[in-house]
Amino acid sequence: MSILVNKDSKVIVQGFTGKEGSFHAEQCMAYGTKIVGGVTPNKGGQIHLGKPVFNTVAEAVNLTGATVSMIFVPPAFVGDAVMEAAEAGIELAVIITEGAPVKDMQAAKAHATKHGMMTIGPNCPGVITADECKIGIMPGMIFKKGNVGLISKSGTLTYEGANQVCNEGFGITTAVGIGGDPIIGLSYNQILPMFEADPDTECIVMIGEIGGDLEIQAAKLIKEQITKPVVAFIAGQTAPKGKTMGHAGAIVSGSAGTAKEKMEALEAAGVKVVVSPAEIGKAVKEILSK
Amino acid sequence: MNIHEYQAKQVFAKYDIPVPKGIMVESVKDAVIAAEELGGPVWVVKAQIHAGGRGLGGGVKLAKSLDEVEALANEILGMTLVTHQTGPEGKLVQKLYIEDGADIKDELYLSVVLDRKLEMPLIMASTEGGMNIEDVAENTPEKIVTIPVDPAIGFQGFHGRQLAFGLNITDKNEQKKIISFAQKLFKLYMELDAEMIEINPLVRTGAGDFIALDGKMGFDNSALGRQPEIAAMRDLTEEDPDEVEAAKYGLSYVALDGEIGCMVNGAGLAMGTMDTINHMGGTPANFLDVGGSANAETVAKGFEIILKNPKVKAIFVNIFGGIVRCDRIANGIIEATKITDVNVPVIVRLDGTNAPEAAVILKNANIANLIVGDDLGDGAAKAVKAAAEFKGK
Repeated sequence: MSILVNKDSKVIVQGFTGKEGSFHAEQCMAYGTKIVGGVTPNKGGQIHLGKPVFNTVAEAVNLTGATVSMIFVPPAFVGDAVMEAAEAGIELAVIITEGAPVKDMQAAKAHATKHGMMTIGPNCPGVITADECKIGIMPGMIFKKGNVGLISKSGTLTYEGANQVCNEGFGITTAVGIGGDPIIGLSYNQILPMFEADPDTECIVMIGEIGGDLEIQAAKLIKEQITKPVVAFIAGQTAPKGKTMGHAGAIVSGSAGTAKEKMEALEAAGVKVVVSPAEIGKAVKEILSK
Repeated sequence: MNIHEYQAKQVFAKYDIPVPKGIMVESVKDAVIAAEELGGPVWVVKAQIHAGGRGLGGGVKLAKSLDEVEALANEILGMTLVTHQTGPEGKLVQKLYIEDGADIKDELYLSVVLDRKLEMPLIMASTEGGMNIEDVAENTPEKIVTIPVDPAIGFQGFHGRQLAFGLNITDKNEQKKIISFAQKLFKLYMELDAEMIEINPLVRTGAGDFIALDGKMGFDNSALGRQPEIAAMRDLTEEDPDEVEAAKYGLSYVALDGEIGCMVNGAGLAMGTMDTINHMGGTPANFLDVGGSANAETVAKGFEIILKNPKVKAIFVNIFGGIVRCDRIANGIIEATKITDVNVPVIVRLDGTNAPEAAVILKNANIANLIVGDDLGDGAAKAVKAAAEFKGK
C-alpha cells in the first residue's frame, strides 16, 4: 500500500514536449511510472518518448483514462494548465513549475477544489511511492521501499530525510513534496490522515519551515487524529526576521510563523522534534526499533 | 519587490485614489523648487526608504516656510535612518518626497494582504491609524476589522458596508467615499499582482474626504514579468548589493553575521544547514542557495561572494544532488579554487546523484584546505571545528 499514487496510476504530462517536461518524463518512465501520454497545444497527433501527444487535457483523459497530471508548463501558464486539468476530470495534479504568480495559483486552486481535483505544489519536487511510481524531479534511487511516510515543504530536505531513513536500514512508503509557496495544494493536514490510514506506513516524517501556520495546524490535527509516531524538523531556526529565504512562503513577520513557535506546538502534540535535519534518521530508528 | 512611497502614490493616482500633491527630489536645491511649485503654506519633508517607521526615526518632518523646507531637506537627505524595520545599521536616505500638508481630522488604517489560510486577499482596517498596526493587533484587537474578499466574486457592496461600519463611519456621504476608496484599492491589488498594500495613515480631512497620506506596496516577484511598469520601479540602491549580484547568477544569497560561509542547494536544506551549524556551536555567515541549475561558474561566483565577507573562517559546501549532479559541483569547486583565492578551509559534503564520481574528482584534484564531510552532521561538525581553529588568512 501507499498513498496518492501507485504502480497502476495513469499519468499524463502537461508541457510534455518541452525540455524540462521531456527530461523528467523520461526519468519517471525509467523509474516505472505509467506515463500514458502528454499534452502540448498544436502538437497533438505526434508521438513523443513513445507516447501520444494531445492538444488538450480533455482529449488526453478521454483517450488514455489518465487520472493524474504532472505539470511542467512555464510559470505564466500554470494557472491555466491546472484549471484545464480540473475541468477535464483529472483527480490529482502535481505542479512542479517554480515561479507561478500567486494570484494565478489562488484562482487555480479554488477552481480545482470546485471540481474535486487534488493538487500538489507548485514549486515542489513532486510525489513518489517507492519502487512503484515517481511523479516529479526527485532522484529516484534514494527512495527505498519501506514503512516511513514523508511530507516536506522543501525539495532537498525531502531527499536528505529519505536518504537518512534508508541509510538507517528503513525505507519509504510514499514521500510528498508539498512546496513552500504562499498558496499550495495538499498540505500536512490532508496528507497526515492518508498516512494514518495507510497500513504500510508505521512512522511519519514531517519537514516544515518558517512562515505561515500550516505546521501549527498540523500539530493540532496530530494531537487529535494521528496515532502513528511523527518525527518533525522545522527549517529556519536561525533565519533573520523579514527576510525571504528562497521559498516565497518562508517569510517571518511578527511572532507568527517562527520555527520556535512551530517546534513547541509540535512537541506539545507528542511529536519527536529534532533540532537539526542531521538527526532525522536517528530519530526514526529510535522509534521503529522499539 | 517593494516600491517607495512616492511611487506608490503615483500608482494610487492612476487608480483615482486620492493622494496629496507631492514631488520626489534628490537634492536640497530641488526640494526648495518643489516646495515653491506646490505652493504651501505647509509642507511635509519625507525620507524615501523601503522601511516603515520613518516618522519615529526622524525621517518625516513638517515645514512651515521655504527656509524650513531647505533646513529639513539638508538634515534628512544623506542621513542614515534607523527604524524598527531597517535593523540597527539603518538605511541611507537618497531621495526625499516633498508633499503638501493635509488637513487632518483623524487617522485611519487600511491594508490589503494575502490571507494564506483563507487563500484569498484580505482587507484590514482600523480606526487606530498612524500607529504600529502590530501593536494595535496585540493591545486592542477589537479595533481591527478584517474582510476577506474572494476574487471570484470581487469587491461587493456588503464588503464595503462591513468596512464603513467597522470604521464607525456614520455619515452617508463619507460611507460612499470610503467604500469607493477601498474598491479602487482592491482593484489595484488584483490588477497589479500586489502582495501587500498598506496605507497608514489614511486620513479623513475636515471636509470629510479620505486621502492616502502614506503608501507601502509590495509586489509578487513571480508576476513582475507581466507588470513591466511596476518592474521598472525597482530601486536597486535599496537592496543589498551582494544579494543583487548573486541573483544575476541564479544564486539566492542573504548575508548573516556569523563565521561559517554556507553553499547549499535548495532553500530548505540551506536553512537546515544553518540550523545544524548553529546547533553545533558555530555561526552561519550567510544563506546561499545555488539553485537547481548549479554549474562550475555559479559555484565559483558563490565562493567569490562568500569570501568577500571578512568574517568568514570556513566554508561548508552541502549539496544533495537531485537534478544537480555532484560531479559538476566538484568541478565547480576545483574551478573556483583556480579563479578565486580560497584562503579558508572548505568542507565539502556531496551526496545524491553522481556522488561517488564527485568524490574521485575531488580526491584527485588534491586541493589544500579541502576537507570531506561524510554526511550533513559530519560536515557541519568539521566546519564548526575548522572555523574555531582557523588562525587567519
